[in-house]
Amino acid sequence: MQVPKVTYIEHHGSEHVIELKNGMSVREGAVKNGVPGIDADCGGACACATCHVYVEDGWLELTGAKTAMETSMLDFAENAQANSRLSCQIKITDDLDGLVVRMPESQH
Amino acid sequence: MLATLFDFPWDERRKLTRWSDIATAGPESGLFLTDDYETERRMELFGCVDYFTRLWNERVNAPPKGDLVSLLAHGEATRNMDRMEYLGNLLLLIIGGNDTTRNTMTGSILAMNQNPDQLRKLRENPSLIPSMVSETIRWQTPLSNMRRTATQDFKLGGKLIRKGDKVLIWYASGNRDEKAIENPEAYIIHRERPRNHLSFGFGIHRCVGNRLAELQLRILWEEILPRFPEIRVLEEPRRVPSVLIRGYASMPVVIPSRNAMRAR
Repeated sequence: MQVPKVTYIEHHGSEHVIELKNGMSVREGAVKNGVPGIDADCGGACACATCHVYVEDGWLELTGAKTAMETSMLDFAENAQANSRLSCQIKITDDLDGLVVRMPESQH
Repeated sequence: MLATLFDFPWDERRKLTRWSDIATAGPESGLFLTDDYETERRMELFGCVDYFTRLWNERVNAPPKGDLVSLLAHGEATRNMDRMEYLGNLLLLIIGGNDTTRNTMTGSILAMNQNPDQLRKLRENPSLIPSMVSETIRWQTPLSNMRRTATQDFKLGGKLIRKGDKVLIWYASGNRDEKAIENPEAYIIHRERPRNHLSFGFGIHRCVGNRLAELQLRILWEEILPRFPEIRVLEEPRRVPSVLIRGYASMPVVIPSRNAMRAR
């Protein structure tokens, strides 16, 4: 069975392809592998909006629905868009193999 | 800084430091006039909440603006706080924004005196300031712990924490955990992941002033480096006798000379 891969693209364009186990969050994958651009101050509790990412076209639906908590936290993020998510709230499944997320210019 | 955030009357801003000190001081602090320091403390803090109630009343009757008192007075979740809850929230902001940052500023001077090689590195490469700030916050750990109440039974390290148990989480210990941080006793300003420490806590109750504290420390050192060739610590600092606050009662320094600064 193939391990899902996620591509993280930094604001200036550098790409990082990381293998993530099912059940891990996109935030965890970045922080554990030293991918810069995701600060994740609160440690993944949906309480800080510093793991903000833009989900690439075509993937947003597969990442699941935002909770009311996530929507209200995203109010605090700079430059939030329709495809904004908090990466601590995206849990990896087989369906997300190949997911691409882009990082904002800064997390605050 | 706090006065700005509260939009507190500027000429009375020293009251904020006083209330912060009074709220955490013990009988040995020299701040109290009588032996009944608990009553003195209570009286002063009632003065604090009375003062802030005047600010609240001013702002609740005015259009909402960006300061913290106005935000509380108009906020859906906070507009109906009773007096003691208001005081609790105020003290959290006043104390949280006062001695932690102040002690970390002092700690940064001390760390630089104890580690001249790191100071040299910083002077050669001021772009290390943000990473040095995070390392200082880890190294100082201005609050040694916070307490939580367990919401469910949980097994940790072979021990059972029961629902309702009150648990101390020792930031000071986590920040010296050799399994998580390489060579944790050392002060190293260019660590690979310098923000990976516990001084601000973790999870939904982590420090709300995290970014502000980092900003204040960063600006301090951006201003120190070009101004002062040396800040020399003269003697071993005197520490605050507290199990919670890792801080300094005094640390005399001398600044032997200063650089000529261009007028701004």
